[in-house]
Amino acid sequence: MTTAETNVPVLIAGGRVIDPSSGFDGIADVLVGDGVIKAVGPGLAGQVSADDVRVIPADGMVVCPGFIDVHTHLREPGFEYKETIATGAAAAARGGFTTLCAMPNTEPPVDNAAVVDYVLRRGAAAAVRIRAIGCVSKGRRGRELADMEELAAAGCVAFSDDGDPVHDSGLMRLALTYSRDLGLPISNHCQDHALCPQGVMAEGWVSSRLGLAGIPAVAEEAMVARDIALAELTGGRLHLAHLSAAGSVEMVRTAKSRGIPITAEVCPHHLMLTEDWALGGHGDTAATGALSYETQTKVYPPLRRPEDVAACISGLADGTIDCIATDHAPHDRASKECTYQDAAFGISVLETALGMLMQAVHDGGILLPTLIDRLTLGPAQALGAAFAPYAALVAGTPADLVVFDPDAVWRVDVNRFASLGRNTPLDGVELRGRVAATLVGGRPVFAEPDLLAPDLLSTDFSSTDLLSNGGR
Amino acid sequence: MASLPATRAAAAPAESAVIDPVIPGDAVASGRRHVLDLDDFTAAEIAGVLDNAAGMREVLGRDIKKVPTLRGRVIVTLFYEASTRTRVSFEEAGKILSADVINMSASASSIEKGESLLNTGLTLQAMGVDTIVVRHPHSGAPNFLARNLGRVSVINAGDGTHAHPTQALLDLYTARNHVGELAERKVVIVGDVLHSRVARSAVWGFARMGAQVTLSGPRTLLPEPFTAAGWGDATHRNGSENPLASVRVEPDLDAAIEGADLVMALRLQSERQQLGFFPSLREYIRRWQVNDARMARANPGALLMHPGPMNEGIEVSTNLAHGERSLIEEQVTNGVAIRMALLYQLAGA
Repeated sequence: MTTAETNVPVLIAGGRVIDPSSGFDGIADVLVGDGVIKAVGPGLAGQVSADDVRVIPADGMVVCPGFIDVHTHLREPGFEYKETIATGAAAAARGGFTTLCAMPNTEPPVDNAAVVDYVLRRGAAAAVRIRAIGCVSKGRRGRELADMEELAAAGCVAFSDDGDPVHDSGLMRLALTYSRDLGLPISNHCQDHALCPQGVMAEGWVSSRLGLAGIPAVAEEAMVARDIALAELTGGRLHLAHLSAAGSVEMVRTAKSRGIPITAEVCPHHLMLTEDWALGGHGDTAATGALSYETQTKVYPPLRRPEDVAACISGLADGTIDCIATDHAPHDRASKECTYQDAAFGISVLETALGMLMQAVHDGGILLPTLIDRLTLGPAQALGAAFAPYAALVAGTPADLVVFDPDAVWRVDVNRFASLGRNTPLDGVELRGRVAATLVGGRPVFAEPDLLAPDLLSTDFSSTDLLSNGGR
Repeated sequence: MASLPATRAAAAPAESAVIDPVIPGDAVASGRRHVLDLDDFTAAEIAGVLDNAAGMREVLGRDIKKVPTLRGRVIVTLFYEASTRTRVSFEEAGKILSADVINMSASASSIEKGESLLNTGLTLQAMGVDTIVVRHPHSGAPNFLARNLGRVSVINAGDGTHAHPTQALLDLYTARNHVGELAERKVVIVGDVLHSRVARSAVWGFARMGAQVTLSGPRTLLPEPFTAAGWGDATHRNGSENPLASVRVEPDLDAAIEGADLVMALRLQSERQQLGFFPSLREYIRRWQVNDARMARANPGALLMHPGPMNEGIEVSTNLAHGERSLIEEQVTNGVAIRMALLYQLAGA
């Protein structure tokens, strides 16, 4: 990216600006220049010359801070055939995400400063901001703590052994205690494996019908209960990853009412899809024909009952759940072209997240400004104060923002994904709500040609200023 | 019903009158291409298969057990798990119908070299195979093949803990031969229902034919949804029919067996005890073995079935297994007839 391009101011004109950090919600223009927000307010269009700025017309669109994803699998290093940091970041840009926190279950895992450095250097050349999450335990083996101080000093923004839970209760206690002074959260993937040996989908009618080993809700709930108790005991910063069960949401609600400082996330798929999708027919079980064993629905934690979906949505709406995380888990084709038992866990989510989430808004489950809060301010607060500027749309903050059409109807086509992971059960499904443009540090990193002028897009992300803007 | 005129015409005219199987004219040729489970069979379609099997039984009783019906057809038995009766009976059924039957086992093929199920299926399809009979330790493997192979028929010979439809059909056929119409008949299935593909398919089949099915066994080996509230609802939560709504659960076998017409004992795998599903074989035998004393509580003339292979003295007493109430050997014979009927019907589809 040339300096000249960076300096071209951008005017986003006439959209509905929603900024949860300031509480602003109204029609306004947004002026961006020098990588930051210059001004937000009505009538800015009249104050600048059209020759001096590039105008993004945003009538009928929503303009808000860029989404922050606290839980993304970018697969690099080690699994570059599934995703790379560059392709994952491009997918994020298409999905309206401007900051990704990369999970450390790579090969080698992110359990030392050298690997953190590798991820951040790769990330600096990517379309969006890349942050690294470090392992809780050495090698993700769940036996002894990783060098948490070193990881924090190298730039990690949280710790997690995600993909696996921290099984050992003693180790979890030590992790929460040891990390207290680092000020970084520990994100735990809650799943007691003893309660779901070989489980591949939610336990219930559908798993019984398909003859697949089930994962009962209690496998998650038991560890959520343990972790809440440990957070209370240690005073550590607990973040509960991808909650899927109604019982877990209720426990978080109770814990927060007692003042225990925990945060929690839910994923778009757990707010839209149910276990019935495993039968095929996009969840329509009235559809006839052979059971499809749709491996694209295999995800950890599993898709559950409609009651669980409703509980996750209401928990998100009332603030019990702090934020939305994608748990974007890209896989190669062969990982899903096999039996359900053999298939890999995970869904490629980044590019469909907004459309999936908007269904809850269109259905009346959550208000649009609340949803945006859970995609911006919520994750920033879960991560810590360093992220606050990236979740704000006020003069002086970095110009990370997204413009989206809340009503645009589009059909998911995995062949158009920027992600290498084409693994989603939503291929061919119509969604309502679509990203039109994404800016990171003032640069348009994505613009939807159907919705906006195609010449807006700049494609050179070789600048390293994203790294210098970042850091914690 | 669909037939194969070209093949039949090729048979010597003098022989054809003798060796053509007698198959009822109104048997259902459903246009079905695959047999993956019984959950998508209507009662009429099941009855059609059983009627066809009766014709095949007649062929099995002949001195020269050979008819030209499937001449020129290629059937592969693709077994990823060990099997005696199922594999041999498919092979025998295919050969009696004059098909070319090729047996593949996982240990002696490219599967050993890591070839995926999909690529194995595509390879067999490219070789012009008409029918793949597959057994696999993973539930849904036959569904996966059926979905991805456009030109072959897939028959499920047992997949994971999902389904074993040809076993259930031979059970239904055997039962019907002895007790007549199955509607309102009381059938007790006892043992490890949780892990049993035989039980799953049998439940669908018997329930579809109107029988009153009761499941019995340790609660730890009964699928949770069967025992959960709401299971008995006539419709699933999304409005689809629940044909299993009439299925009852009674862990106490002495109570479950009262008034039974048929008792099906399931094979108990010893590793279930090691995994802690029940405390000891001794306790299992005491509470859930099917024996003479328990059969005395059933209806007079009640009959015993077992899918095999049997653990004599564990899930069923030796006396009963080899006594006059036992249908176990007849089940095996009928297995050949049922598989002949299915191969015949699929070829005509």
